[in-house]
Parts: sequence; structure tokens; C-alpha cells
Amino acid sequence: MLSNIQRPILASLSFKKEHFLRNLCCRSSLDAIRNTTKRHSSTLRLEQTTAYDPSAPEPIYHTLGATTKLNLFSAINAALRTAMTSDPTAILFGEDIAFGGVFRCSQGLREEFGEGRVFNTPLSENGIAGMAVGYASAGGTAIGEIQFADYIFPAMDQIVNEMAKFRYRSGNQWNCGGVTLRAPCGAVGHGGLYHSQSPEAYLAHTPGLVVVVPRGPRCAKGLLLSSIRSKDPVIFLEPKVLYRSAVQEVPDADYEIPLGKAEIMRRGTDVTILGWGAQLRTLEAACDLASNEGISCELIDLRTILPWDSRTIIESVMKTGKLIVSHEAPVTCGFGAEIVATLQQECFFCLESPIQRVCGYDLPFGLVYEKHYLPSVSKNLDAIRKVLELAK
Amino acid sequence: MIVRSSQRWTKCCLASRATTNGMASLNVANISNCDRSMSTVPLHLARSNNGMVNVLVKSTKVPRPVMILPLKQKKKDGNYSPVLGERAEAMPDHISYVGNERMPITSSLNIVKPEDDVPRGIWPVFRMMDENGMLRGNDQSTPIFSSELVHHDLDQLRSYLEQHHPLFYKEIRSSTLLYPSVHEYPDMPTQPHNTLLRAYRQMIRLRKMDTILHNAQRQGRISFYMTHHGEEGLLIGSASALNPKDYVFAQYREAGVLMWRGFTLDQFCNQCFSNDLDLGKGRQMPVHYGCRALNFQTVSSPLGTQLTQAVGAAYKFKLDAASHPEKEHIISIAYFGDGAASCIDFHSACNFASTLRVPMIFFCRNNGYAISTPVKDQYAGDGIISRAPGYGMAGIRVDGNDIFAVHAAVQEARAYAVQTSSPVMIEAMTYRQGHHSTSDDSARYRAAEEVQVATNVSDPTVRLDLFLRRFGWIDDNVATSIEDEERIAVLRAMEAAEARPDPKIEHMFEDVYHEKPPHLVRQEEELHRHLKKYDGQG
Repeated sequence: MLSNIQRPILASLSFKKEHFLRNLCCRSSLDAIRNTTKRHSSTLRLEQTTAYDPSAPEPIYHTLGATTKLNLFSAINAALRTAMTSDPTAILFGEDIAFGGVFRCSQGLREEFGEGRVFNTPLSENGIAGMAVGYASAGGTAIGEIQFADYIFPAMDQIVNEMAKFRYRSGNQWNCGGVTLRAPCGAVGHGGLYHSQSPEAYLAHTPGLVVVVPRGPRCAKGLLLSSIRSKDPVIFLEPKVLYRSAVQEVPDADYEIPLGKAEIMRRGTDVTILGWGAQLRTLEAACDLASNEGISCELIDLRTILPWDSRTIIESVMKTGKLIVSHEAPVTCGFGAEIVATLQQECFFCLESPIQRVCGYDLPFGLVYEKHYLPSVSKNLDAIRKVLELAK
Repeated sequence: MIVRSSQRWTKCCLASRATTNGMASLNVANISNCDRSMSTVPLHLARSNNGMVNVLVKSTKVPRPVMILPLKQKKKDGNYSPVLGERAEAMPDHISYVGNERMPITSSLNIVKPEDDVPRGIWPVFRMMDENGMLRGNDQSTPIFSSELVHHDLDQLRSYLEQHHPLFYKEIRSSTLLYPSVHEYPDMPTQPHNTLLRAYRQMIRLRKMDTILHNAQRQGRISFYMTHHGEEGLLIGSASALNPKDYVFAQYREAGVLMWRGFTLDQFCNQCFSNDLDLGKGRQMPVHYGCRALNFQTVSSPLGTQLTQAVGAAYKFKLDAASHPEKEHIISIAYFGDGAASCIDFHSACNFASTLRVPMIFFCRNNGYAISTPVKDQYAGDGIISRAPGYGMAGIRVDGNDIFAVHAAVQEARAYAVQTSSPVMIEAMTYRQGHHSTSDDSARYRAAEEVQVATNVSDPTVRLDLFLRRFGWIDDNVATSIEDEERIAVLRAMEAAEARPDPKIEHMFEDVYHEKPPHLVRQEEELHRHLKKYDGQG
């Protein structure tokens, strides 16, 4: 709600002055951001761009040739196959990897690449993470799987203290850029406390890490290939509810999606809505319902949680003046908090209403309460209506 | 048959037995290489000019000579010189470290394989050289040494040792410590191919560097330091048995390994002083060394994390060996202490290494303490090595203060690891003579006598010094000059490092990622704007 002081002040400004002020303060922030990223010619080859560049080119899907209808685990499987074919040092390991994985992501890979490259490890997440670091430090590509993101915590010492700091502490003599740790995350309908968590906020607080969350099969393949080939260690969180239920035409070709870049899924003018992973399905549904009421929503998939693409979000909010961030993880210190803090700093005078967060409550993920815990379609629709109301 | 006796022994003898005309009885239960059926042996005592006591042993059986050799005593400035007397000298059955107070000695270099029966009871300690610097095995044969023996070169020395120590023939013959090096060692002012002398010199150098840099911290010149007192033997002994391409994953008390590989005093001091030449760009506390060129992974403070990483690197080497069997095979070695062996990564690493069958060495420095925590609060089993069979891993326990035994064990373990592509655990028993670090005062939790005994009885540098003196390589002059040269070299390096500037501030935001992402570019600009506005006040 705008305060009693703020409303009259804004109302008293003329349209031109208001517009001028909004663009002035926002533009200086944007310029600062723009100047830090180099310009480049538009090309599909990611090698020519700087890392984490919000201007990096997207794959142009219709030029990539034949596609196959794949669900998420099959798209992951395809990406793993492509990565391991193109990189002879790539190995895939974790619990239950050899028979195909509990979510079938590694199906057929041991038969194709051999037991030396696709294998089970003992049940130890810190062992999986540490082994990945060591293998990568010797020059190889290590793809480790943590069976559920809820179990990533034993590995946090290796992830936070070793993986993220490996290059920095060595003075760039050593690096573990070859590490990719994959983990299924997010609500699945019946997961309860320990099969539903989204730990991206813990990981995002760690300088040196890259954290990526795909929203569907087609972008998962491109993002996973970028992640595996990245020169930095990447944690790749796969929304498990989408493994079977999300189906898309996925190009058979080898393509990469740039890291550090958000994707605008829908253009709109009234409100910017931001999310990642499975939550985008919910947000799409809310946007559809809102458009029935004549509200034009700009829907953005963040894709890379760290380093995150603040430039795209700021540009969007400059246009719409309103922002809603929505994620499954608990609201307090969820990653939405970082986005909101940055946006209010960079776009304060552009905002027409307070930024909303539609997130999980600050509760452990109780089994029977899942439906009410999650930031649902109706909660997001309610937030959309609210920000528009407040902006009047 | 003339033997030499320690004064202490003589005193014991005199105290417990009446002497008549210089005759005294001696309780031969303490002389293991004499016939045990004798309970007392009449002795002639004669005092010689140099203060040594000659003890004549008479017995009904052919006596074996009992060798007692001089104990090194520490002079005030840390230099050593031999002082005759003081050692009771029988070849003991057991040796004692804080890590285990009573361990049987074995002269047999036997790595216990997973398919072997594991030792019942306490794991034995493999040892070649005793506290007096003598190669002695439990075959009861002990040659007489005289100070007239001079062997000028390493090959000559090795032949002599092979001839006179058949029990250790295999270990001596294959010990790379006893062969001249192919290439010149750049840090040897004389005898640049003499591997054994280089080992000795580096142990002295490490000791000097530790003493001086520890003092530098006390003077506020560096922020932190950790010494290696008492562990120089296992560091140089193990390092010299590795291939230079083997990856070393160290904990924090292994600078000797890096030193053997060629890290210079300048490089050590640059890191400790966090100056512009530090390879780590000033990002870490002192002693957190790392060197890509020498295949020494950068040290990190969290304990045990290096163990699982070593497994990963070893897995890479395993795959490389499988796809390129003609190339030389590389292993990884992870060093850790008795405390780190309690960390979760130890458990995971042992399990992964064994199930995945990776070629690596787990090298445990059991020095009796994890800061103030003695081993009795750290584990209830027989040290660390007893865990190896539980993981299906090969292992051996060695006397960590015997450089020859450590070297032989690492050589053998490395060969086994490469040949079978499987891990080997080595537990080197030793004693941490110094404090945990400059933030520690060990007098608060252990008795000075305990440290004194360990230092006097079991110091690895003393042992090697005594060994070398016997063959005429070292005398007081040589030892003193080596110590002085190294001390001066350390001081020069320290002063040079101290005088250098800090690393450039540009390095602060680099290397977090392989390329600086936009948010770090912005934050760096923020800092620069701030410094400009506030004139560098920060």
C-alpha cells in the first residue's frame, strides 16, 4: 500500500515530470549495468560472448532441425548423452546411476559409455561432491547427481567451502569448473518435508557458484549442456514434478542456452511476473486468468539463479512499474528477497506499487498441507489484482 | 668384545648393584640381542678418556654386541651436536608414540592387503632405522660401527648398507633416497646429485623456516604460522618416494612435501607475507600453499575435504591409465592427521576409494594431537590404520620418524596402488613437537617432559644426523655450516618477502568465476568510486 504521504506527492506530479524522473533514476542504473557487458555480434556460438551476459543470443529453435517429443527426464538424458559424446573426460556418477537412476535420467548411458564413465557411488553426498571437485581439478568433466535436493546438505561443506572457492583461493592456479551437480528439487504432490525442498537460496548465497533451474524439457537440455560445459561449478536443480508431466518438442541438435540470462516468456505492459522452475506453470495459468480481466502480464523465467540477470528484470519493471516474484521455497530469505531488494534499489522511483512476493510460508514442507502451502494460481492472481489496484 | 654403554645405564647398574673393583652386574633383560637365558652378566667397567664407559660383557654364549650411540643434544640456538652417552640400548620389541603407547616393531615391509588376515591385536610398526640412527632389524644382527667408516658417495654408501643389512636389502636397493639423482638439485650448494644429503639439508631448512617464521608471527610480522617440528622425516621421506606428477592433497602441515618438489623459500615467504608475488594472490592465511606447477593442490582450512577430492583426482588418473596404458601412471596422495581422520570426508573417501578402486595413498600423520585433543579423545580403536581393512583397503603402519622406513613404505605403497589400481593407507606414527599453530600454546595441555622426551629420543632429523655422522658425511662443522646456511637463506627470503608490496587490488574481484559476471563488475566499480571519493580510506 502506498503511504498517505506518497499518494498525494505522486498525484501532484505532471505526467511528463513523473515519466522524466522515473527514467532518470532507472536509466542511470541501467547504464551502469549495460556498460559492464560487452556488445557482440549476434551469433549462436556462446564461446564468443562473455560469460553471464544478458545480451547473449538464444538458440533459434526453428533452425535447429529435427525435434523429438520428450519429457523432462528424457531431455536431461539426451543432454547427458550429448555432453558425454562430445567430451571423452565426462563421467556421470551418484547413487543408483548405473541402472538408470531413480528418475530415469541416466537410462541407457552406462550401456553406451561404459562402466568406467557411468557408475554408482556409495551413499554419501559429501563424497559425491568431493569426488566431483577432485576429478574436475585434474582436468575432467564431473557430472555428479544428488538424489534429491533435500539431501544436498551433507555436501554443503564441499560445495560452499571447496567448490565455490576453489579457483579464487588458489590464485587461479587450480579450478573445478568441470563440476556439475544435478539434483531433483521442488514439490511433487506427495513429497513431504524431505522430497520437496528448493534449496536455491542457500546456494545463491555462495559467491563462486552457478545455480540453474530449468522450467521444461527444451530449455533443460540447452541449460544442462551450458552448465556441463561451463568453466565454473554449476548446481543444476531439476523440478522433479516435471520429469514426466512436462512434454515438449526438443531439438535433437546440440544447442546451448546462455547462463546468467533470464528469458521473457510473454511480453506485457501492466505487471512483471518473475519465477523459475515448475512455478512458471502456475504463473502462466495466473497470467492467462489475468488476461481475461484485461491485465497484460510480462512473464519472465529467471533460469539462472546465480549470477542472476538483474538487467532484464530492471528493464521490464521500468516498463511496467510493478513486480511480483513467486517461488515455492519459504518466503523469508528465499531468493525472491534478493530480487526484491535489488529491484527496489534500482527502480524505486519507477515503481507504481510495492513489489509482491508470493511464496511458500515459513514452514517445513508438510505433506498433507501441500496444496495450501504452495504459491498457487489463485494466490498469484490475487497478487496481480492487488498490485494493479495499488497502482491506481 | 668391547661395547659402549650409556652413562645412564651405568648409573642404573651402579645404583642397583654394588661395584667391586669396577665390576658390576647388569640386568640383561634390557638387552634384547643378548641371550635371554642370562639373568645377570658380570661386567668390567672402564672409563675411557672421552667420557664413555666401556662395558665388557661376559657370557656363556657368544655375545652379540650392544651398540649404544651418542644422543644429540640441542644447543641453545637450535643447532645439534652429538653428546656421548645417555641411551639405553637394546633393540626394543615395542615402541611408543602418543598415537599408541605400545606397538610391536616389524622389520618386514609388508603392506597388509585386503585379502590378508588382518593383524590380531595391535598393528606392528615397520621400522628400519632406530632412534640412534642405526639400521636395525629384529633379526638380531647388529654390525659394529666405528667412526672411521667414511663413504664418500651415495652409491658407495648404498653398497655398504646392502652388504651389512641383508634384512633390509630390498628396501635399500630400491630406495631412491640412496641413489644419486639424474638432474641436479638447484638448492644444493655442493653435491647437487646427492639425494640423501638433500633430504637432510631440507629437513634442516624446514626446521629453520619453521622457527624463524613462527617467531615472525610472534613479532607481528605475519598473522599466522604452523610448524612441522618432529614431522620433517615423514614429509621428506614420503615426498621423495613420489612421482613429481602425483597430485598432492595436503592438510596444512606438509610444507616439507612442497619443499622437496622445489618450492623455494622465497615462494613460501611470499605466501606467508601475502605479497604481490604470492601465487595465491594474497587470498589466504599463511601456510595455505598451493602450486599448480608442482602438482600441489592449494591447502584449505576445512579438515578432511582434501580426502574425497583426492579420490576424484585418482579416478581421473585411473581412467587415463586405462585409456593410455603406455604413459606413466600417476596417483594422488592425501595427507591428513589423526584428528582429520574423524571427519566425514575420511569415511567417505576411504569407502569411495576402495569401492571404485582408485590408485591413491591415504597418508595419515598420527602425531598424537589435534590441537589440544590427545588421541585418547579422538579414537578408541588401534589408531587410524586399523580402519583400513574395514573398508577393504590395504595398509601399513610405519615409524614416521624413520625417514628410510617412510620412504620405503611410500615407494611400496605407490607401486601397489599403480599395479592394482587400489588405495593404500599408511599411518606414520610421529609426534607433534611444536604447537598446533601460533594460536596455540601446547604447554597448557601437555607436560613439558613429554615433549622433551619425544624431542630427545625420537626426532627424525637427529636420527638421520647420527646416521650420516657414522659414515663421515656430517661432523660438527658440516652440520653447523648447513644450519647456518639454511638459517641465513630463510632470513634473506623473509626479509625480501616482507619488503614487497601487497597484491594489486584488482585481484580482489578476479577468479571468483572464470570471467567476472556483471554484478561483480558493478561491485568493483562501487569500491573504486568509494575509494576515490574517500581518498583510499576504505
